[in-house]
Amino acid sequence: MGTHNYNLTEQFEFTGKAKTLSIVAIIIGVVCIGFGFSNEAYHERTFANLLLMAYYFACVCMSGAFFLAVQFVAQAGWSASILRVPQAMAKTLPIAVVILLVVIGAGLYTHNLYHHWNAPGLTVKGDPNYDSLIDGKSAFLNVPFFMARQVIFLGVYSFFALLLSKLSYNEDLNGGLTSYTKSFKYSCIFLVIYGFTTPIFAFDTIMSLEAHWFSTMFGWYNFAAMWVSSLATIAIIVILLRKAGYMSWVNNSHLHNLGQFIFGFSIFWTYVWFAQFMLIYYANLPEETVYFYKRWESYEFWWYLNLVLNFLAPVLLLMDRDSKRHENVLLTVSIIVLCGHWVDYYQMIMPGAVEEGHNGFSIIEIGTAIGFVGLFTFTVLNALSKKPLVAKNHPFLQESLNHHL
Amino acid sequence: MSNIKYILGSFGDPDEMMHGIDKLQEKNISIHDVYTPMPIHGIEAKLGVKRSRLDILAFFCGITGTASAFALIYLTSVIDWSHNIGGKPALALPDFIPIMFEVTILFTAFSLVGAYYASTHLFPGRAPRVMDLRATDDRFIIAIDAQQNVEHTLIDGLLKDAGALEVKYNERKYVSYE
Repeated sequence: MGTHNYNLTEQFEFTGKAKTLSIVAIIIGVVCIGFGFSNEAYHERTFANLLLMAYYFACVCMSGAFFLAVQFVAQAGWSASILRVPQAMAKTLPIAVVILLVVIGAGLYTHNLYHHWNAPGLTVKGDPNYDSLIDGKSAFLNVPFFMARQVIFLGVYSFFALLLSKLSYNEDLNGGLTSYTKSFKYSCIFLVIYGFTTPIFAFDTIMSLEAHWFSTMFGWYNFAAMWVSSLATIAIIVILLRKAGYMSWVNNSHLHNLGQFIFGFSIFWTYVWFAQFMLIYYANLPEETVYFYKRWESYEFWWYLNLVLNFLAPVLLLMDRDSKRHENVLLTVSIIVLCGHWVDYYQMIMPGAVEEGHNGFSIIEIGTAIGFVGLFTFTVLNALSKKPLVAKNHPFLQESLNHHL
Repeated sequence: MSNIKYILGSFGDPDEMMHGIDKLQEKNISIHDVYTPMPIHGIEAKLGVKRSRLDILAFFCGITGTASAFALIYLTSVIDWSHNIGGKPALALPDFIPIMFEVTILFTAFSLVGAYYASTHLFPGRAPRVMDLRATDDRFIIAIDAQQNVEHTLIDGLLKDAGALEVKYNERKYVSYE
């Protein structure tokens, strides 16, 4: 395979349009969230939107760390030259975690979030608000334990995310295999922890918004959503960097692999989504069907849009080999998938968090989303600009530079 | 000389064989096919092999499976013998989807096995046809149509220069597996 003349010390410069646009997006977000808080009637809805985007932000970043760990454990060679992108996402995780914890904490404190299980009198026998079901779950769903779980899970994810980034930077400086073998070891530990705790994290953060209802599929359903949206994000960043003249070593085969990932995990998401839905539909138990009843009553359009954006679009558009290798097609599908998972989270969160009649889709939803997209872009690109765009001492780098499918 | 149908260059090393392909292509000698005991990276592009249409076949076989499954369930449990199951309508589409999904996979898998047999001429009881038996073992074979490329001594020289361990002149296209 011929020799290449890639500039392996290339570094991303975070200036110009990208910086301006992301700051403008953050300002739009702040203004719209401020508008949401200006009116008492919108508080609950603004909190629900903040939770949605903070959760989305944290999930995309922690799945970036998950991507890193998967590549190390699988000893994958193809991805060695694009690992700095998920690394930048992993490095952003602590920021996302702080925002998510603040939103959750404030939501709990002001009773704007999780009021299905965190309202006065719910667990006090004899109180008019007493709810025996919630009382039965209160050993698990109580504020101190809930917050402790959030802090521990997110803290552990952040620790491993930073550790994997740090090891990769040590590798840049010192070379050798020490960093790689350490990365492998810590990735194994991280994957085991991550695999067991993300379902609980999803149960806590999202499913407990409707604390009377439960589904054991919910954790994997959320895992599939966060993983596929993170893959789409990685694809978008890589393609846009390539369009801006960076990462000239990324060829169609790298895109093909990312496309296969997005294609495959979109189908996986649909599989889990459908498995959850069909069992409930088939068994037809009132305490379970209430979840979908709410969504069909008030969110029917979103419910079907979810399937179109997250299943039909990626499956039909990415099925062909050529479209996975075509950067504009992959970019379009990745953006569709990201919007699709916003819709997915929207109809996971809104029916439980926002009172009937107070929900909607307008400036608060759009503005919060834009604000967080801006924040994500700003923080990730800022992290990306700190180090060279390729880990030049990664043992599989040559394999990745010569990657050809 | 006119009886010779194919010239086979037999290489012991894949890199030398790739080099041999380059040499032949430089002289505009068309290569009938190349037989190797293992996949060689990048050889399709070098030989200009067209992309397999297996995926398109798979898609249409899959669609046929989906449609067949739907038709079967629809005819049996909606039109012919509709039951009240859990108070659901007879056409309860979510219940159909697992069956449609499975039959899609079944049709795709079976028809691709069939397509594989058809395209490789492998049927039960049929002796497989190969140009050189050692291409299934340790040799990398370049086959050249001797009727189209008449400069046999030139080809022989090129192959040997590139590192061919042996050059064969076959009077029959295939040797049977005996």
